[in-house]
Amino acid sequence: MKEVEYTHKTFHRNKTVVVMFICLAMFLGLIGRLVYLMVFQSEYYTQKAKELHERERSIKAARGRIIDVNGEILADNRTVCTISVIHNQIKDPERVIEVLCKELDLSEEYVRKRVEKYSSIEKIKSNVDKSVGDIVRAYELDGVKVDEDYKRYYPYESLASKVLGFTGGDNQGIIGLEVIYEEYLQGIAGTILTVTDAKGVEVSEAGEERIEPVNGNDLYISMDMNIQSYATQLAVQTMETKQADSVSIIVMNPQNGELMAMVNVPEFDLNNPYTLPETVNSEELDEKKKQELLNGMWRNGCINDTYEPGSTFKMITATAALEEGVVTVNDNFSCPGYVMVGDRRIRCHKIAGHGGENFVQATMNSCNPVFVTVGLRLGVDNFYKYFKKLGLLDKTGIDLPGEARTIMHKKENVGQVELATISFGQSFQITPIQLAVTASSIVNGGRRVTPHFGVRVASADGSESKSFSYQVKENVVSSETSETMRYILEQVVENGGGKNAYIEGYRIGGKTATSQTLPRGSGKYIASFVGFSPADNPTVLAMCIINNPQGTYYGGQIAAPVVRQLFENILPYLAR
Amino acid sequence: MATRTASRRQSNISNYMDYSLLFIVLFLLGFGLVMVYSTSSYEANITFNGDSAWYLRKQLTATILGVVVMFVVSNIPYHFWERFAVLGYIVSVVLILLIIPFGHEANGAKRWLYIGGISLQPAEVAKLGMILFLASMICSMGKKIRERRGFYTVLAVPVPIALMLWRITSNMSSAIIVMGIAVLMLFVSCPDYKRFILLGILAVAGAALVVFIIVKMAESGADDLNFRGARILAWLDPEAYASGKGFQTLQGLYAIGSGGILGKGLGASMQKLGFIPEAQNDMIFSIICEELGLFGAIAVILMFIMLIWRFMIVANNAPDLFGALLVVGVLGHIAIQVILNIAVVTNTIPNTGISLPFISYGGTSVLFLLAEIGLVLSVAKGIRLKDL
Repeated sequence: MKEVEYTHKTFHRNKTVVVMFICLAMFLGLIGRLVYLMVFQSEYYTQKAKELHERERSIKAARGRIIDVNGEILADNRTVCTISVIHNQIKDPERVIEVLCKELDLSEEYVRKRVEKYSSIEKIKSNVDKSVGDIVRAYELDGVKVDEDYKRYYPYESLASKVLGFTGGDNQGIIGLEVIYEEYLQGIAGTILTVTDAKGVEVSEAGEERIEPVNGNDLYISMDMNIQSYATQLAVQTMETKQADSVSIIVMNPQNGELMAMVNVPEFDLNNPYTLPETVNSEELDEKKKQELLNGMWRNGCINDTYEPGSTFKMITATAALEEGVVTVNDNFSCPGYVMVGDRRIRCHKIAGHGGENFVQATMNSCNPVFVTVGLRLGVDNFYKYFKKLGLLDKTGIDLPGEARTIMHKKENVGQVELATISFGQSFQITPIQLAVTASSIVNGGRRVTPHFGVRVASADGSESKSFSYQVKENVVSSETSETMRYILEQVVENGGGKNAYIEGYRIGGKTATSQTLPRGSGKYIASFVGFSPADNPTVLAMCIINNPQGTYYGGQIAAPVVRQLFENILPYLAR
Repeated sequence: MATRTASRRQSNISNYMDYSLLFIVLFLLGFGLVMVYSTSSYEANITFNGDSAWYLRKQLTATILGVVVMFVVSNIPYHFWERFAVLGYIVSVVLILLIIPFGHEANGAKRWLYIGGISLQPAEVAKLGMILFLASMICSMGKKIRERRGFYTVLAVPVPIALMLWRITSNMSSAIIVMGIAVLMLFVSCPDYKRFILLGILAVAGAALVVFIIVKMAESGADDLNFRGARILAWLDPEAYASGKGFQTLQGLYAIGSGGILGKGLGASMQKLGFIPEAQNDMIFSIICEELGLFGAIAVILMFIMLIWRFMIVANNAPDLFGALLVVGVLGHIAIQVILNIAVVTNTIPNTGISLPFISYGGTSVLFLLAEIGLVLSVAKGIRLKDL
């Protein structure tokens, strides 16, 4: 057998070559697959892998400050710490629990639950004082992170609390200007991206990527801290001496709608907005009831609540009547102490009657029968025409949240009796700010202004700035009527029911009101006064509303003196 | 007859050494050690308290031992082993059966035996045993292999081993490799193509049918799909099974895809930081892709292609059919394993546990692979230079 010296049969060799080429083909196929994955799909998988490897921690942006007209900072930021634990980095859980309980004053159960929870990062407590955060950091515990961020801080505590508002745990505005100007104030949070392994342990060599936060813009408002605090003092004093439920004071520039002060006592501490007054036993309250009380405490009475304006509304009746020509200043009237409307007898506050008087004197006396007569002369259509023209039926558009609407009769439901009561400011409700703005447009020459606090926003370094502009409706009242009204209202203060607001050497106009709250006969009253100065070209208008005063409740007796005291102090201050 | 041939050939053995093959193998081993250290050091550092070279040391020991074995085997004329062919088959069967009572379980599969403190994978023994047994059997069959009976006998030989590997050690990939080696050796030793093409078509059609049935079952909402059914579904859409069966695959794809063309650099893989569990094992190729990029991956594949090319040269110049078949068997073993591994890692086929020869971590694997290389080198020594 020669074949013993074995030589390959050709087909063996050929087939081995075929095997080789089959393998080669498969390898080429796999290389193709790799090219697809590593070139064409690379971006997709790189992104996916990046998301998987990176953990995000956010850096709070400093919220913009709120600054008054004199540059006084009313809302600021304080550095506070957020303390979190990273489960996988904790080496000694018992020690961590012990330290956190002790330093943060938390229950062991609460801390244990969070320390033992399997998650990448768990927040233990936020808004911790920087000093406490530094102490915790000093322990150098593995897995405990102390991040600094900002907490809102109000240097004047309760000053203008219901106007400024406060912020929540995520530094978002809850009420007041903080809500309305949220978009400017909040800023853009930054992030720290750290690269971690599968267990969440940071890979230190990879370093961290920081996206710096953009701080919020500062908000400059027209409020004057000095006027606001003095008005607050006056309001507190009045509330105490009159044992009133609440006292509100609005001070504004009637020419452009800028609000200088808005006081609603009792105010609350902006640095502890969730603490109810000591008089309330908050222990026994359930959550719902507590929230209701808090909402009540945070309410801004000047804009969120409506009331029957009473006699201050006679300004509007007089304006409409003068504009429409149904009365002139020299028209003579006679007040017998009542007036008959249909079969109803409407009484004047002076039971004996004011006797003969002209329209100016009637306003000075705040004589109801005369205003009923004038109102009836005016008629429903004309009355509503001026309501509309004056903007009384719309919201004022103030830059504060939750403004209440005017509650007015439907035009078609207004009969003689309703018309009569509307004439002296009863049977419907408006907000105090609505009355203040309407009074402004009557005395400023007939321009309906938009009340506002916000003047401009500017970036923290002042490099960028944006001023706000507000709508002004011209000629809602003719300048002649406006001038007449200024004259009449000055007479009210000089010789009439508003004489308690008179200050030697200043020209002041105004109107008083005393309204009974619903239901009638409850014995509860609201005393109010609207005053402005100088009477010939007003630059400041102030309004005081005293809610449910005990003892004397006439606006002319108790509200007018408040405005007088206010003007005594701020008129020289504003003239400086 | 074969032994007689061998003894006659002893006289004219030249001391030919296939240095190209040797170099390729040593390069792959060295590269493998670097990659094992790169992929395992982070985990080892955590698991073994700062001993980041734990896996490297074990692998290095096995590699050194393997290289020694390789040189020893390469210096033994390969016909020496022919007498152990039947014994090898029996030993494979016994070792696999021993797993039932004594098997050591790791990662949910019973695949290891501990003998005197050394762990051993019977599957690796079975692959080598199968190559030896079939080479010897085909040689003794002569032309009978061309008949139908002979053909099917050869085809039937690996079936019991494959079935046992699959059922007892739930190691389907080893079963596939054993079958694959047998089919390849049969293919080379038979002159015709028709039956193999038919066999290939049948296999592809069968696989397609299985996939089709599983997908239909999943669509009709059958939730009794077993673990392999879920594996097929995870293969088709790994992102839908990201937290379960598709997890490893998806993590591997993240690694491969994020490597890009040039890679992140040696040692810079992120996915090895626990995202791919035991990255030094079956998924090591994905880390190679991540760290060395498309270039590195193709370079590795080229090394394997060159290795297979050397095998082909040796097989086609072997002094006798037995030698040629031994080399074809080794070629089949390594080629199938490399192709399956890369296909699994790139999600080209459904996931099945299979390691990358010479590179993946695993002592038994590298030891037996080097023994096989030793055999090939031994065959190469029989080549007369004038044949080249």
